[in-house]
Amino acid sequence: MKREIPLAITFIVGTIFAVAYFIPHYPFNQFENWFNDWFAIVAAFAIWLGALNLIRISAMKIFRKKVDILHSSLIILSFLIMVFFGFYDGFSGLIADPPFSYRDAGTGFDWLYEYVYSSLSATMFALLAFFVASASYRAFRARNFEATLLLLAGFLVMLGRVPVGDLLTQWLPRDYQLSQWANWIMNVPNIAGQRAIMIGIALGLVSTSLRIILGLERAYLGGD
Amino acid sequence: MKIFRVLLLVAAVVALTAVPAAVQDTVGADAVADSLAPSTPVIPVNIENLSVRDNPNDEGGAVIVSWDVSEGEYAGGVITYMVLRADSRDGEFVEIGDVPFGHASYNLRDNNTDDGVEYFYKVAAVSVDLANSDGGWLIGSESDVFGPVKSSAQWFNMSRLNIFVGIIILCGAIIYYITAAKGGKEFYIRKIAGIVEVENAVGRSTEMGRAIYYVPGIHDMDDVQTLASMTILGKVAEIAAQNDTRIDVPVARSMVMVTAKEIVKESYSRAGRPDAYQDDQVRYLTDDQFGYAAAIDGLFVREKPATVFLMGAFFAESLIMAETGNSIGAIQIAGTAQPAQLPFFVAACDYTLIGEEMFAASAYLSREPKLLGSLKGQDLGKAVFLVAIVVGIILESFGVPVSNLFKLN
Amino acid sequence: MSTRAKEVIATILIVAFFLSAYFFFPKPLNFSPTVSTIIIIIMALTFVIIGILTVRGRFIERRIVFVYVGVALTLPFFMQFDLAVPISPEVQSAYDELTKLPPGSKILAAFDYDPPSEPELQPMADAFMTYCFTHNIEVIIMGLWPQGPQQANQAIEAAFEAKPELRDKITYGVDYVNLGFQSGNEFVILRMGESFKAMFPADIYGTPYDSIPILKNVKNYSNIDYCMNFSAGKPGTQEWVQGAVDRFALRMSAGNTAVQAPMIYPFLQAGQIDGLMGGMAGAAEFEKLTGYTGKASTYIKSQSFAHIVVIVFIIVGNMAFLRGKTRKQR
Repeated sequence: MKREIPLAITFIVGTIFAVAYFIPHYPFNQFENWFNDWFAIVAAFAIWLGALNLIRISAMKIFRKKVDILHSSLIILSFLIMVFFGFYDGFSGLIADPPFSYRDAGTGFDWLYEYVYSSLSATMFALLAFFVASASYRAFRARNFEATLLLLAGFLVMLGRVPVGDLLTQWLPRDYQLSQWANWIMNVPNIAGQRAIMIGIALGLVSTSLRIILGLERAYLGGD
Repeated sequence: MKIFRVLLLVAAVVALTAVPAAVQDTVGADAVADSLAPSTPVIPVNIENLSVRDNPNDEGGAVIVSWDVSEGEYAGGVITYMVLRADSRDGEFVEIGDVPFGHASYNLRDNNTDDGVEYFYKVAAVSVDLANSDGGWLIGSESDVFGPVKSSAQWFNMSRLNIFVGIIILCGAIIYYITAAKGGKEFYIRKIAGIVEVENAVGRSTEMGRAIYYVPGIHDMDDVQTLASMTILGKVAEIAAQNDTRIDVPVARSMVMVTAKEIVKESYSRAGRPDAYQDDQVRYLTDDQFGYAAAIDGLFVREKPATVFLMGAFFAESLIMAETGNSIGAIQIAGTAQPAQLPFFVAACDYTLIGEEMFAASAYLSREPKLLGSLKGQDLGKAVFLVAIVVGIILESFGVPVSNLFKLN
Repeated sequence: MSTRAKEVIATILIVAFFLSAYFFFPKPLNFSPTVSTIIIIIMALTFVIIGILTVRGRFIERRIVFVYVGVALTLPFFMQFDLAVPISPEVQSAYDELTKLPPGSKILAAFDYDPPSEPELQPMADAFMTYCFTHNIEVIIMGLWPQGPQQANQAIEAAFEAKPELRDKITYGVDYVNLGFQSGNEFVILRMGESFKAMFPADIYGTPYDSIPILKNVKNYSNIDYCMNFSAGKPGTQEWVQGAVDRFALRMSAGNTAVQAPMIYPFLQAGQIDGLMGGMAGAAEFEKLTGYTGKASTYIKSQSFAHIVVIVFIIVGNMAFLRGKTRKQR
């Protein structure tokens, strides 16, 4: 029964959701809402599993004096600091007059959010600029006709999407300047390619979902 | 002299008729401005073709009120149309909504009806009453009462009939070929380079004595991409267990962690190496997108895995992880159904499973006939849609409007 | 010298440079047009040298690429030159739809992004809020991402800094309201089609929905004149199109990050959205159209330089590839 019950639940719930999409009548129109509410509740409880797992593994590395002691210590310290300020500002805000939220400007939590978390997130995102350059430098080679075509399209879009493109081609009529070429590439071949991939993905999604609903695909339960 | 008198008379007549015309033009052009003058009379507006019907294809509780107006709408200083509702023809009418003027036809949806209850509607053309300091409405004219009308819920959304037909065709094809596969029919599946290289990639890790890293994306278990990734994880973990190579699975969601633990543990058991499985092989890092990317990068740079799998839903962090994996010399096999991230994986990884290839991976790796049959059915569905697209393009080019058949309402 | 030692020295040099810049460089640091031109010429010469070295077989490593990208992104902030920003049809269309809204119109502004996407989307949001406040368009703010409403507050503050007279003219609750974040993704969009109040019973400060003047007579999308969505991913523009445009006939335009924008073009082509602002270029174009002097107009210079650097290194990379191919053939 260990496998049969989850498979039955998957089949029943999957079928109901598929059918509910076409039936506006109550209660079918509410299934999606109820599911989202319950998923949010389960995910909120489940997050503790992850957090405790993270703390446990980091603590084990510290106590067993493994290689990553510094990083593990930093994880636990950061976790505790954010939790502390979240609770401290939260409780302070509740008893203050007028009450304030722990997310309001001026709280310790907000300071950490704005000057630590936001800055670090933006820094990681900024790495993309460098990695795009190094990936392009390494990957864009004119190995064959298709690769050369890709290379040229990349040139046209990169130049056309910034003002420099029109600056270089300002002597041409407006409709033939680089920005127009870039717009054409984005609006015609790009969309054609995106749609083709999206159609394929949608078909793959339907097929995979059907396999899961019918119980043919069981790997997510832990094997065949 | 006589001619002069006639000319004078004609001039007087022209002058008398021209002034009202000029005034009317001004009223037409500045309807709102003129309505500010209390002495300007309100000219009635004809509200025509008032009809009220149940809102189709919904869960009930709504009706659509629609009407037209005659020419000369702007002549009356009308600034809005008020929709009124009552429970009986002679009952008290209450405003339920208003629509600004400016079109030839109007409609308004009343979302607050009780199913099965009769309602009566009428529409009033209104302007602002400046005599009332609150700026209350002054009704210029009203339509006849329309009713009774009842709202109701429908059991099938007819506007989605086109999708229903498409789903039936696609699922029918898939089920047909699954049934054919059960009957012993064999199906050909083309080589997918990324999947073929899985064994070689794991072997590389074994030879180099370094770990395999499997990154299942940043979405939770409710995303089909993550489910597909878990399927592939099972196969990769089994091969890793057979080769006695450690596989690490850092995840970004708690429920993915729980599922991945079960899958990896089961894979090790299937490979006959249950003792080799360690609980910390699957670990949770963080839900945050760039925090996860930073943690993965740190693990890559410190642990230097020989093989990296990036399978699942990825977003902006995809290139950060892929480039870092490339910089440490790892062989990388990626797969995602996020079209925006595919170019980054293609540029930075050795092999990429594009969109549906990732969903086909489970069938490809297991070679189970029923799963291969589902791929065949999917391909047939794709062929049907391709033909429909070509036929649609030809018909649209000749002015036959078939695109309305495929609009989603 | 070991790699570790090199890394430590490089880190010390970088930190020393930034500390010197902070304490000793004049503020604001602006290079004159002559100096800017000289810098551009020097960079071009270094590219030529790299090209010659590549042809001779001395290939550059990726860290040199990183240095050049860093320099290309940073220097334009201090250089004085103007770049004409051409307006693309999709941004023009988004702006045209805004101009059609008469004073007193209500616009729903969905802020669906977080700080990492701020450089691309915040300039659009700043220009948008300034335009709305200047033209008496009432704004109802909400977000499907937790940080979205906070980004909206930043945009409002930017509008007040750009035009201080707005601070006295614009009143919270009358001219704009911030309903905050609501979890549920597509579900929120669908429920708002029936009732805004069901999803947002109070605003971000806890004021009940019915007590907010701007929300009087606003029940659902049918009481909204337009929608503007700023999106960095999922949930975002695609979900708004599928949930609100297709089901409730809401009219909208969108601003997306450069990575996300190609996926939204099909919706633009199908007429499901009226206009699209994509990435930094879209933000700069929108700033130009609205007359707002914002960060995108400065950032686009850095982006232009960075694009040129990437293109040059792609050419250098292909020179190395062709050289290697020629040697193999010999």
